Amino acid sequence: IMSAPILAKPQLRGLLAKRLRFHIITAFILSLGCATMYKFGVAEPGKKAYQNVYRRYDAVKDFEEMNQAGVFQYRKP
Amino acid sequence: MSKAMFFLPYSPWFTLVRRGAVGVQSIRHAHGSGDTACSQKMPPYTNYHAERNYPMPDEPFCSEPSPQQRALKEKEKGPWQQLTDAEKVALYRMQFHQTFAEMNRPSNEWKTVLGGVFFFFGFTGILICWQRLYVFPEKPITLSEDWKSKQLQRVLDMKGNPILGLASQWDYSRNDWKK
Repeated sequence: IMSAPILAKPQLRGLLAKRLRFHIITAFILSLGCATMYKFGVAEPGKKAYQNVYRRYDAVKDFEEMNQAGVFQYRKP
Repeated sequence: MSKAMFFLPYSPWFTLVRRGAVGVQSIRHAHGSGDTACSQKMPPYTNYHAERNYPMPDEPFCSEPSPQQRALKEKEKGPWQQLTDAEKVALYRMQFHQTFAEMNRPSNEWKTVLGGVFFFFGFTGILICWQRLYVFPEKPITLSEDWKSKQLQRVLDMKGNPILGLASQWDYSRNDWKK
C-alpha cells in the first residue's frame, strides 16, 4: 500500500507567495476590468445623453410646455 | 451554533463543544464507534477530534491498546526501516481513525440542506398567500389604477428626470413611450 505507487512530492514552500501572486494579479485585472466596463457602459452613454438633450434645449419653451400641462401652483396658464 | 464557537477560547471544552454540536461532523461520523479494530473509549469520553481544519488530535485514536498493539508500539521505538508496510499502516490506524482522504470525503448533506431550504420557501409562500387573502385590508385609493395613471401623467408633465430617467423614455410628440 505504501511503496507501490509513489506519490509526487507536494509543494511544501512558498505557498503564501503563490497565493498572493495569483490573487494580486486577479484582483488587478478584475478591478481594472470593472472600472473600464463601467466607464464605457454607464458613464459615457450618460454624458452623451446629457449632451444630446442640452444641444438644442430651450428653457422658456420647456417652461411653457409644463405650464400648459397645469403643474404649477402660482402661474396658471 | 458554529458562530458561537468563534468566541470560545481554546481549551478542552472547546473541542467537546465542536465535537458534539456541529452537524457536519456528526452526520459524517456514521462509521465511527462501531470500529472493532481497536478498543477505545466511547465518543463522549474521548478527546480525539480530527477534521480538515483541526487535523492534529489531542490523543491517539486507540486509547486502550491490546497486547499486540503494545508490542507494535515497542517495536516502533526502534529503527523504522524494520517495520513492514502492514505494521506502518497498523500504527497509523492506531493513532488516527481515518486517513485524510477518508476524513475529508464528500457527503450528500447538501441535498438535505437544499431540500430543507426549498421546503421552507414553499411553506413561507403558503403563509404569504393566506395572508394576502385573509389578513390584508383594502388597498388605499392611491393604489387604484385610475389614480396611478393620473400620477404618472403628472410626473411626465413635470418632466421628471428628462435626460436619463422616466421622462426620457416618453415621446411627447406622439404621447406614448419611446420605441
